[in-house]
Amino acid sequence: MTEFLQQLINGLALGSILALIALGYTMVYGILRFINFAHGDVFMLGAFAGYYLAPKIAAVLPLPSIAGALVVMGISMAVCAALGVIIERFAYRPLRKQPKLTVLITAIGVSLFLEYAGQFVFGAAPKKFPAILPALPVTHLGGLSFNSNQIVVIAVTIFLLLALRFIVLKTKIGTAMRAVSFNPEAAALMGVNTDIVISFTFALGSALAAAAGILWAINYPAIDPLMGILPGIKAFVAAVLGGIGNLPGAALGGVIIGVTETLVSGYISSTYRDAIAFAVLILIMLVKPSGLLGKKEIEKV
Amino acid sequence: MNFRHAKTFLLGALALSFLISLFGGQISSYPLFVSYNIGISIIMAVSLNLINGYTGQFSLGHAGFMAVGAYTSAVITNQFGGLNVVLANGIFLAALLAGGLAAAVAGLLVGIPTLRLRGDYLAIVTLGFGEIIRVILQNMNAVGGARGLSVAHSWTNLFWTFGFAAVTVYVVAALVNSTYGRGFIAVHDDEIAAEAMGINTTKYKVTAFVIGAFFAGIAGGLYAHSTQFLTPGGFGFMQSITFVVMVILGGMGNTVGVILSAILLTLLPEGLRVLAGVNHLGWIGNTRMIIYSLLLIVLMLTRPQGLFSFKKSPAPK
Repeated sequence: MTEFLQQLINGLALGSILALIALGYTMVYGILRFINFAHGDVFMLGAFAGYYLAPKIAAVLPLPSIAGALVVMGISMAVCAALGVIIERFAYRPLRKQPKLTVLITAIGVSLFLEYAGQFVFGAAPKKFPAILPALPVTHLGGLSFNSNQIVVIAVTIFLLLALRFIVLKTKIGTAMRAVSFNPEAAALMGVNTDIVISFTFALGSALAAAAGILWAINYPAIDPLMGILPGIKAFVAAVLGGIGNLPGAALGGVIIGVTETLVSGYISSTYRDAIAFAVLILIMLVKPSGLLGKKEIEKV
Repeated sequence: MNFRHAKTFLLGALALSFLISLFGGQISSYPLFVSYNIGISIIMAVSLNLINGYTGQFSLGHAGFMAVGAYTSAVITNQFGGLNVVLANGIFLAALLAGGLAAAVAGLLVGIPTLRLRGDYLAIVTLGFGEIIRVILQNMNAVGGARGLSVAHSWTNLFWTFGFAAVTVYVVAALVNSTYGRGFIAVHDDEIAAEAMGINTTKYKVTAFVIGAFFAGIAGGLYAHSTQFLTPGGFGFMQSITFVVMVILGGMGNTVGVILSAILLTLLPEGLRVLAGVNHLGWIGNTRMIIYSLLLIVLMLTRPQGLFSFKKSPAPK
């Protein structure tokens, strides 16, 4: 039982990170109805932004420290938000009237570009992410051990999820996002500037991906330009699992994938780990084709 | 492609690939290897075009079917030692067909449960199946697991690659242009309307998956006996993406365009590699794939309907 709970905690930490990435996929899908394949690479760039920022911040603020870590994370999120807006502006916006598959291929092109350019600029060899958080002693609680990083990951994720919920439900731009997602043409007719809403969505999603990148790098400190591929795919699976376009669904899907993956590698076999996300997805798709929390779309003739 | 000329095309292409293969011995190994890759890409892209282009079912797991064919045929031919030419080619053909059949069975297994899904959901589930095939191969010690599998024979030659490429093009073109095959296009254009007209959409979708997977399996067999070394990682999701890019760049449901883009996208990275060898162009070596990805983005931005689509095609889904 103790071991099970322990695995559950590890899974929750992994799942939280996947949930943060999945939110970016699902928000973009909700509004533009296309899969932003480059999202996993924005996650990678978030980690690299932190890697290059940390020494600069260390000159001003003491590192490792909580304040310093927050500054590093904040600036990385801002950098990636800007990057997300740029990617949307130059690669996706010119194709908005085109079939979704065309945009999908462009997104794949952007993804490849970020990966290869990353290998060229940062080098292909893994880099050690600097310690930006003070290493607290591992907390023991009735046989369970909490790594301070895991607690940070889960706490930051919960905070970001609540912040996102606030933005989407309580602010004007959030209302506009929901309107565009519901019906882009009608929203435009009502005076919503869809271009700004879409840019904002990309900024928001990319900032969450950057936060996920930093959290990932804190937990698994070896970062490399291809690190975004697998978490990216798994997060996308998580988004589809929860019902793509649905924000709570993406968070739920991320946690389910993270926990299942950790449990399977703990109890069954770690070599099958990468297939688990897909096996869970296929099983759920067979029973509920629109995802766990997704609404069934009725096709009108 | 006009169906009336399809049979002539098939015979001509088979004869031509036989003629070219007579000179195979005089071509040095690198251009020969690239030619094999071109033939294999054509088979993969044209067969995927039946699923993605004509039938409109977005599959992202084509490399998984290729892996099934590659491993099956390699395991079969590895049982044999040195053989004379006739026997070797006979066994090679049998192994290729067996690989194709194994992949077709995998296509059936993927096709049936995923039929309720559409669009992006189908895409992600086929991607998942491709990844699952890869992970299973990684864990199968009988075929070397993650260490990879050596293939004993290098039986792939120009005749088999381009012969099978011609057969693939013929089968897909003849199928789509037949009375029966109009159903594929009907499913692509409007599934609900097709169903209302009495078309068994389920059957058409499974058929497209099975036939597409069969040829992907054959391409896998050809690939196995040309590289002579298989690793599960070589059939990952990026590999599937490469073939999808060929189909979309060629113009979905446009066989000639897809063939041209398969040739172009196979030659492009190789061409950049050759350019990098030229004096003063060494910088291309490091930035080869960056250039490739940028070209991909620019091509999609400037010719979103596909590189070789000239007539106004109905808007794909």
